[in-house]
Amino acid sequence: MGRKAFMFLVLGLIGISSKTVAQNLVNGKKIYETRCLVCHQADGGGVPNMNAPLDGSTNVVGNDISRMVKIIKKGYNERVALDGSYYSNAMTPNPDLTDAAIADVLSYIRNSWSNKASMVTIAQVKKQVVKK
Amino acid sequence: MKRQFLFSMLVMFSLVFQVKAQDNAGLTLPQGFKANVFAQNLGSPRHIAITSKGVLFAKLNYPNKEGKSIVRLEDTNGDGVADKNTAWGNYPGTGIYVKGNKLFTSSNDDVFSYQLDANDEVVNPLNPTTVISGLINRRQHESKSITFDNNNNLYVNIGAYSNACQVKDRMPGSQGMMPCPILDSAGGIWKFNANKENQTYGNGQRYATGLRNVVGLDWNNSTNKLYVSQHGRDQLNSFYPTLYTDAQNAELPAETFYEIKEGDDAGWPYVYYDPSMKKKIVSPEYGGDGKKEGDAKFINPIVDFPAHMAPMAVLFYTGNQFPEKYKNGAFITFHGSWNRAPLPQEGFFVAFVPFKNGKVSGEWEIFANGFAGTENGVKIMNPRQAKARPCGLAQGPDGSLYVSDDAKGNIFKISYQK
Repeated sequence: MGRKAFMFLVLGLIGISSKTVAQNLVNGKKIYETRCLVCHQADGGGVPNMNAPLDGSTNVVGNDISRMVKIIKKGYNERVALDGSYYSNAMTPNPDLTDAAIADVLSYIRNSWSNKASMVTIAQVKKQVVKK
Repeated sequence: MKRQFLFSMLVMFSLVFQVKAQDNAGLTLPQGFKANVFAQNLGSPRHIAITSKGVLFAKLNYPNKEGKSIVRLEDTNGDGVADKNTAWGNYPGTGIYVKGNKLFTSSNDDVFSYQLDANDEVVNPLNPTTVISGLINRRQHESKSITFDNNNNLYVNIGAYSNACQVKDRMPGSQGMMPCPILDSAGGIWKFNANKENQTYGNGQRYATGLRNVVGLDWNNSTNKLYVSQHGRDQLNSFYPTLYTDAQNAELPAETFYEIKEGDDAGWPYVYYDPSMKKKIVSPEYGGDGKKEGDAKFINPIVDFPAHMAPMAVLFYTGNQFPEKYKNGAFITFHGSWNRAPLPQEGFFVAFVPFKNGKVSGEWEIFANGFAGTENGVKIMNPRQAKARPCGLAQGPDGSLYVSDDAKGNIFKISYQK
């Protein structure tokens, strides 16, 4: 078992009890509604050609947490193809969000609409930012 | 037996439904008008243009599945549906315009022209003339819409690559830059010589400024003036939650329609237009509090529309087919909003603004609706749920009106029968 996988297992066993999972998702939803929803929309579908969708996005449910953390913190203003489409609007940076808040909102978008992916922990947010 | 009965009921139902759905191509129109689908599955047709012989050209926002981005459509048997379809070009972009025997198109950086022959076929699809190049394209508001007067001038919109000219775009709390440096090369309409090749900023002049992003514009030959529709700013509530509620943001600012004189300044980013107060209000990035009035030097709109609906094309109707009230009035397509969330999205229709003696002569009205395709009052929460999003407009030689849909790739033909 790799070190990373072991870390996940440990976090999974001791870090996230089901009670806090629910709490994290409620928190994440609150952050989503105040900061993200206006552009990414209530259904997480984004806006064609303008704001990238989060629902069904391979980036959002993928394993590259550091990329997501960086985009939330620093915003985004590059033209790249996401799942075959281009999106033109600049994303607003959120430098004031705490690591805990980022973990919650990421966990929420990774587990909303049709998305089903692992929860994101504060440790992962911290670690990925240092690694960046 | 029971199963057979059910099946035949199902067939009957679907037949009835199909007939109903095909009725006016699903659109709701004023009495006496009818609509049909002129072309479909085109990809992302943005602006459209029609020759005097009725050949329709559509500029695709992105190359289609075959990698082509300009489509030529012809209805050779006169049944109201395009039956001859050719395509070329490989660059993205919105603008297209027929002027004499030339077809002008725009990418997000340039304007090109093609030569048309006696059958309105393009002579040089692979070798267009570059009319203008090097226009600012920083992704946001990058489309270059074009129109022409009758004096060999070409007008091109260069959209501002910003929401409100903040030091940091779309960053909460970031102040507006004073003066806004974007306005030197974008956020306005530039005028160029329609007959010259290889022009760039130095050859053109800034005709009007303070326009955040104009997608729909048209020269009105009866008033000899330019008319433009602006996409107003976004996100007043998310950046200034203490000044604006979600409900206020959903209605602010108005989408504005301007009559333009050379040198006019419509006030972006310093002011926005509040449709309930009917006033220009100082933007919060420039010290506004939601009430403080802006400088009177900025021009007023001739019509204000509900917020965030995204006007996409303007067409002054000069045909003889439609009833008299439409003559010289303006049709405006609305793409439908996204920035009203969390409230339901609005728009997705073609509006009409009546004109008399060169002035707006009454309230605007919805001319063609139902593009979004929802039934029983279901609200669109995300623009991607819309079945069609109105975009380009063109008038056929017989006076029919054509409307493109860049979401599903349709072109609708709307005609009037007495």
